Amino acid sequence: MKTIRIANGQGFWGDSLEAPIEQVRRGPIDYLTLDYLAEITMSIMQKQRARDSRQGYARDFVAMIEQILPDLVDRNIKVVANAGGVNPQACRDAVIDVARHAGFGGRLRIGIVAGDDIMQRLDDFISRGVELKNLDTGEPLAAIRPLVQSANVYFGGRPVAECLDQGGQIVICGRVTDTGLSLGPMIHEYQWPVNDWDLLAAGTIAGHTIECGAQCTGGNCLVDWETIPNLADIGYPIIEAHDDGTFVITKHQGTGGRITVASIKEQLLYEMGDPHAYITPDCVADFTTIQLEQVGADRVRFSGIKGRPATDSFKVSISYSAGWKAVGSLVYAWPDAYRKAQAADRVLRERLERLGLTFDSVLTELVGVDACHGPLSGEPSPDIAEVTMRIGVRSQDKKAVERFTREIAPLVLNGPPTVTGFAGGRPKVEEIIAYWPALIPKSEVEPEISVIEA
Amino acid sequence: MAKVQLVKLAHARSGDKGDTANVGLIAYKPEYYAVLVEQVTAARVKAHFKGISHGEVERYELPNLGALNFLLHQSLDGGGTLSLKTDAQGKTYSTALLRMEIEVDDELAREVNSSASSL
Repeated sequence: MKTIRIANGQGFWGDSLEAPIEQVRRGPIDYLTLDYLAEITMSIMQKQRARDSRQGYARDFVAMIEQILPDLVDRNIKVVANAGGVNPQACRDAVIDVARHAGFGGRLRIGIVAGDDIMQRLDDFISRGVELKNLDTGEPLAAIRPLVQSANVYFGGRPVAECLDQGGQIVICGRVTDTGLSLGPMIHEYQWPVNDWDLLAAGTIAGHTIECGAQCTGGNCLVDWETIPNLADIGYPIIEAHDDGTFVITKHQGTGGRITVASIKEQLLYEMGDPHAYITPDCVADFTTIQLEQVGADRVRFSGIKGRPATDSFKVSISYSAGWKAVGSLVYAWPDAYRKAQAADRVLRERLERLGLTFDSVLTELVGVDACHGPLSGEPSPDIAEVTMRIGVRSQDKKAVERFTREIAPLVLNGPPTVTGFAGGRPKVEEIIAYWPALIPKSEVEPEISVIEA
Repeated sequence: MAKVQLVKLAHARSGDKGDTANVGLIAYKPEYYAVLVEQVTAARVKAHFKGISHGEVERYELPNLGALNFLLHQSLDGGGTLSLKTDAQGKTYSTALLRMEIEVDDELAREVNSSASSL
């Protein structure tokens, strides 16, 4: 039975810089997939492109490709990444520059999946009654239209497969789903039909399992966490995919971490909604049909996966400006650390009130006491060594948030005693870029695919 | 019957979708799953997260994985970038759920309390 090995080298933009290189060099793989995009990332990239039309993609990706290019060409390893952000063309151009500079011009083909950026079409959609209602609140997009920063459709694995069919060795995508990055190579290799829902669901679930990188190989794993070997050299996951929709999740030999049925189950449930209906552009996958089996050390086999027909909509990720926020903190030491932190919070809030500042939200947490588990944490020890008072505000009024940031440091001299931890200076005022999830009929948008020689 | 903390019977992982947190609760052994299904109801989880989660709680069953998935709505101060919380993604709600105490028969209580904790 034919097997292809699909490796994940990046769970989010900001993940380990070494992981993709290790995935290429420490053992056999056929595909390297990398997930760079989160909702907020698209708006950051949109701003970068507004300043410079040659930006707006994950620049780390280009530097990484430069390092592994000889390996990719020698061993015919293919790369699929949504590093294109809001400017896949510019990302491709940068990769081509790097390839030619390194003497690989004419030796590989590079594909892009674009067409997901609908920012310029929003008014047209709205005028034709495509309301792009918020999936959580039901509000039509028109309510916040002037505040929109970016708008991108999620495409699935199908356009990725088309790029690979056309000989693309590096496929640079815009907003392709995390799962589509891994499903695409399976569709391409095995020519899975568009309506074989079980196979597409299997590939989707394989993609879901590795999309968060080392979170399925022992990272952030609660089961026996202290005995998980060598987290410093943790291996990132690899799918060994077969044409019948069964697959094994494993990692390179000699790497750290641990893959067990238990570590895999944790990742399967991560960010899960209704497990009967995991909706992607390619199919609806049913997580309640997965059968898992440990088939060796660091090897878990998946089988039995069922899927249902894809829906007639794409999901859309829209980001918009939603005001300003800042978070500051101070550390209070024994004795009475808890009461001092509580007193500091009271004093600070009273001052904010006197200044006449109004906020949409003010949140205080006492880190070390109950910031994570709230009322479930119970009363802290009266002897608690130290408590961090962490306070944040949110407002539509940037000036109010800026004024707030100047009220933290004075507490060191004019508030409760034995306080430190202010060395970082005033808290930063951040613009809030919020997320607006919506659906759009599939008939409204088409992926745009092109494959050219470097 | 005896009280046992969930951490003895299950492990968990949590994450976010907007202002909703999800907690996947996974039985350590197949035979513990039925106990979780009976005891860890949506209503009990909602009561457990009082003061943290302000919306409805939904529960889904995954018998194939010996797991339950809970959706805790309105739990992340608006979620994502809006949230002012340290744990804006609800990543620690996994072990917050494992603090819950449930009723099990004496034999099972002896079994999980005598064996070295898996954690």
